[in-house]
Amino acid sequence: MTTTVTTRPAISAAGLRKAFGTKVVLDDIDLTVTEGTVFALLGPNGAGKTTMVRILATLLPPDGGSIRVAGHDLIGDPDGVRAAIGLTGQFSAVDRLLTVQENLRLMADLHRLGRGEGGRRVARLIERFDLGESARKPVSQLSGGQQRRLDLAMTLVGDPRLIFLDEPTTGLDPRSRHEMWRIVRELVAEGVTVFLTTQYLDEADELAARIAVLDHGRIVAEGTPDELKRRIPGGHLRLRFTDPHSLRTAASVLGSAHRDDEALTLQVPSDGDVASLRAVLETLDGVRVQPADLTIHTPDLDDVFFAFTGGPAIASDSAPAAASALASVPASKEIR
Amino acid sequence: MTTLAHSLTDSGTMLRRQLLHLRRYPSLTGMLIGLPVIFLLLFVYVFGGTLGAGLGGDRSAYLDYLTPGILLFTVAGAAAGPAIAVAMDMTEGIVDRFRSMAIARGALLTGHVLGSMVQSFLAVLAVLGVALAIGFRPNATALEWLAVAGMLAAISFALTWLAVALGMAADSVETASNTPMFLSLLPFLGSGFVPTETMPTGLRVFAENQPFTPVIETLRGLLLGTGIGNSAIVALAWCAGITLLSYLWAKRNYNKRAAR
Repeated sequence: MTTTVTTRPAISAAGLRKAFGTKVVLDDIDLTVTEGTVFALLGPNGAGKTTMVRILATLLPPDGGSIRVAGHDLIGDPDGVRAAIGLTGQFSAVDRLLTVQENLRLMADLHRLGRGEGGRRVARLIERFDLGESARKPVSQLSGGQQRRLDLAMTLVGDPRLIFLDEPTTGLDPRSRHEMWRIVRELVAEGVTVFLTTQYLDEADELAARIAVLDHGRIVAEGTPDELKRRIPGGHLRLRFTDPHSLRTAASVLGSAHRDDEALTLQVPSDGDVASLRAVLETLDGVRVQPADLTIHTPDLDDVFFAFTGGPAIASDSAPAAASALASVPASKEIR
Repeated sequence: MTTLAHSLTDSGTMLRRQLLHLRRYPSLTGMLIGLPVIFLLLFVYVFGGTLGAGLGGDRSAYLDYLTPGILLFTVAGAAAGPAIAVAMDMTEGIVDRFRSMAIARGALLTGHVLGSMVQSFLAVLAVLGVALAIGFRPNATALEWLAVAGMLAAISFALTWLAVALGMAADSVETASNTPMFLSLLPFLGSGFVPTETMPTGLRVFAENQPFTPVIETLRGLLLGTGIGNSAIVALAWCAGITLLSYLWAKRNYNKRAAR
């Protein structure tokens, strides 16, 4: 890491490895998650996302690597890690026979909060997650979105500084999904670090400060959403002109542009940064042509995803095999 | 707080969870009481005249003979409860949640065992109540009653740990609800319902040497004053052995399953 981080990292892993039998699930992973940010681990089904979460949350021992989570060594002090984290797994981790309130009380008791403090936190979380009306209902009577909210509320009873959300919005309707996003943003605003796995590109784009793309147990790309987008070919400026003459003039000075005489547009390859934008506009000024409008197309995360995981968008040497693996239509569960 | 104090607090919390489950589903406890009561009535009123005569007495003599076996039958039947509950826990995400928290490792299983023992005791009290109501007349002293409670607690503890281990080893909740059923058969293949002397040799050897027989003989001796001999020692040894092996098996499976 060359960036200067004043806070200590919430998670740092170097050389993390895990295999089940002969099948290597995580292969020499290095990653650093800065405190108070959302870090998204993006990948298709079976990439190893859940295994990574289970290792970082002390549920599964790694085969190798040096890993610190929330300031504690994962191997040497797992209880220290456990006391600082909260986990909301892919599968609902609520007690279906208990009510909403009893589930939260159970968590408060397991955090040994005592009657008064426990009661206060439970009441606060019920209020915050809008579970007041169902507080006395058994969990089995809640909707999917409500169960998911309860799941997260239970994770927060212990006031963790670092939470793991394993595919938090998989299977939720759009409203519940946006609700979940709002809650994640609130948590980060309070200084909580969120380690999120998702197979939805818009989710990572929407929430995460940094994204790592995991594919076949390796991190194939890492950076801010914008950095990742910039690393992808396919970005361009689209210039529209009011008359064919201006279009021809502009095309003659802009070289490698793709010209569309019907729409009176030019597409100029560009990574969308200010310098290249200025260069294009200055060139046009030189021949006294002004575009009617200008749009910048940066590749979205779909492009990033397919490019780095060797999908259909960009042909790389391993593309065909990887592309078919990526498609993986039957939602095959990751190895647990 | 010390580790021991943590362990006690967390086990207490997990026990409360199990008691809430019991309260939410009284029908399960009802079933665990219902079956032994039906068997008690069936054997006393349908077969009891004939069986009592076979023992050289009458129906009320058979009721006295039968009750200790029925009590053990009750405890054995109650073992299905924790097997199902543990298997349900293991198939849901909640165990991952518990394991990712800084709580005492054994607390979850301890909660299951203690909760199930509470359930067993409720069932035993109810069945004993019915037996007394229809004429069971034990001659036990207060001290002997205490020993009866202790003997039942020991076998209940052992069978519950066995059930927890079976529930942990089961791949599904359905399997978990079936495997402990053989426990309910054992009182029949022992001295629970008829004396073992009348059985064919092979079966008799099994019946006299299986763990439930010394437990039944001990209960019978304490309640009715028949000879106990070395039954109590043998019974307690069986309980200790079953508990220890089941505990180790359950713990091993818990760690193994959790690590998948």
